[in-house]
Amino acid sequence: MNKATSVRSQKTDTGMLDMARIRADFPILARRVNGKPLVYLDNAASSQMPQPVIDRLVRYQTQEHANIHRAVHTLSEHATAEFEEARRKAQRFINAKDEHEIIFTRGTTESINLVMHGYGRAFIKAGDQIIVTGLEHHSNIVPWQMLCQEKGAKLRVAPINDAGEILLDEYEKLFNERTKFAALSHVSNALGTVNPVREMITTAHQWGVPVLLDGAQAAPHLKIDVQALDCDFYAFSSHKICGPTGIGVLYGKRALLEKMQPFQGGGDMILSVTFEKTTYNTIPYKFEAGTPPIAAAIGMGAAMDYLTGIGIERIGEHEAELLNYATQQVGAMKGVRIIGTAKHKAAVLSFVIEGVHPHDVGTILNEDGIAIRTGHHCAQPVMQRFGVPATARASFAFYNTLEEVDALVAGIGKVQRMFA
Amino acid sequence: MADIKQLYQEVILDHNKKPRNFGALDNPSHKAEGLNPLCGDRIFLTLRVQDNKVETVAFQGEGCAICKASTSMMTTNVKGKTVEEAETLVQEFRDMATGKLDVHKQPNHLGRLAVFEGVKDLPSRVKCAILPWHTLHAAFNSVATTTTENEEEPMKSAGVTI
Repeated sequence: MNKATSVRSQKTDTGMLDMARIRADFPILARRVNGKPLVYLDNAASSQMPQPVIDRLVRYQTQEHANIHRAVHTLSEHATAEFEEARRKAQRFINAKDEHEIIFTRGTTESINLVMHGYGRAFIKAGDQIIVTGLEHHSNIVPWQMLCQEKGAKLRVAPINDAGEILLDEYEKLFNERTKFAALSHVSNALGTVNPVREMITTAHQWGVPVLLDGAQAAPHLKIDVQALDCDFYAFSSHKICGPTGIGVLYGKRALLEKMQPFQGGGDMILSVTFEKTTYNTIPYKFEAGTPPIAAAIGMGAAMDYLTGIGIERIGEHEAELLNYATQQVGAMKGVRIIGTAKHKAAVLSFVIEGVHPHDVGTILNEDGIAIRTGHHCAQPVMQRFGVPATARASFAFYNTLEEVDALVAGIGKVQRMFA
Repeated sequence: MADIKQLYQEVILDHNKKPRNFGALDNPSHKAEGLNPLCGDRIFLTLRVQDNKVETVAFQGEGCAICKASTSMMTTNVKGKTVEEAETLVQEFRDMATGKLDVHKQPNHLGRLAVFEGVKDLPSRVKCAILPWHTLHAAFNSVATTTTENEEEPMKSAGVTI
């Protein structure tokens, strides 16, 4: 790092990353909101896009676009190759064994619903039990509830402690011979808890139970290795890893994907169609009916390249520094309660200010250009567990700085003074 | 956009801290629950309407300062008014909050309620302000059949989700 940037970024630099260079990659970080520099701390909802990903999308749309898997012309062949290259990038990003185990979906929610339809509706029967945890996002609760309702199966919930950690003893006790599926969050979106999923998967496998991991909040912060985790399914979204919206990934072990029924019917997912009989395509195409978001998939591949280029481990270290600093600063404020104090956390600081509703916190912080999320974070059971209707949530990305944490702390102080 | 202090002015902060008419009436003639699932704002209104007049009104629930203050000020404003007068306020408040009514230029009956004018610049907060008014409207339209002689058959409660 040269002298000029080291002086300017003395405070912002955690020493892990070249912050000036990284921030310059994100055009949106230069904008002002309500006359103040944007302090974007809503990364758990959606992260921002760096210029190389934007450029990739522009190049695709200006030079390369055609429909894929169809025509013999140059553009179509090129688009197909790039689309399939994005699949291999996703494969490497999570260390899947086989590129055909990567299915492109609309995002984490669709990935989970695909498993619910393709696996759940085919193999879950009346009286069976499905395990989730008390930390799940609604998208990893509602599909399973719908399935349970349809099949007469039962949803069982692993409880959490006051720190927001899963009670592993209780989790283990939920398993029995009727347990047929487990759907677990890797990292909690509302609290940031990193769950001991490796251990939890081992428990499930001892009972012969396949496990889906909701990795929406893990993929941006942790190195994902689906083979080391030995999970049966892994779901995550592009827009939380600096890629475009509308695209995500479902990883599934080949043997499971092959025995599953298709999700949607249509073009691309078939080998042959007559009015008497349709033969389905092989995986992953069996699950990719219709024209996919080609540009988005290629953009996601570029985003994975970008993150890998920086290094997910270094990203995680910088974010841990931000979270530690924020936890220290916000935790020291009188009248502020941090919700979720697990030992292992990733990039999320959920809090409530005594006597102030989180929505008021959000509106007042926004006045100073600080973007946080307020509400129940699509995790109402978590809110119920902690006896709050909502929280304010600051969530960090690798392009955030310690100075932005200071801005957050100053903002909270301002809210407290207004409501004093 | 107006300065945030314009919205979070003393009167709103005061009603948030010390909500008026907080509680539930024992023998309401009308009641309704209002829910804003996005925010988790939830209010429960109970009213006694006699001779077409809002004799008394109370609310319970939880919500942000905008929602609580709006509800609190609504109760003080509709008390003693006829149902039609209250419904006029409902309409005018909704129009103000959604930017259809300019309180400075167009005639209206809102008075102090005009402090909520600033929410029209905050689309995500409009619902917080108008939730109690939707709920009041729902309560007026609930089938108010409850009487002391008919305890077994509780009055039908109206619900509104915005």
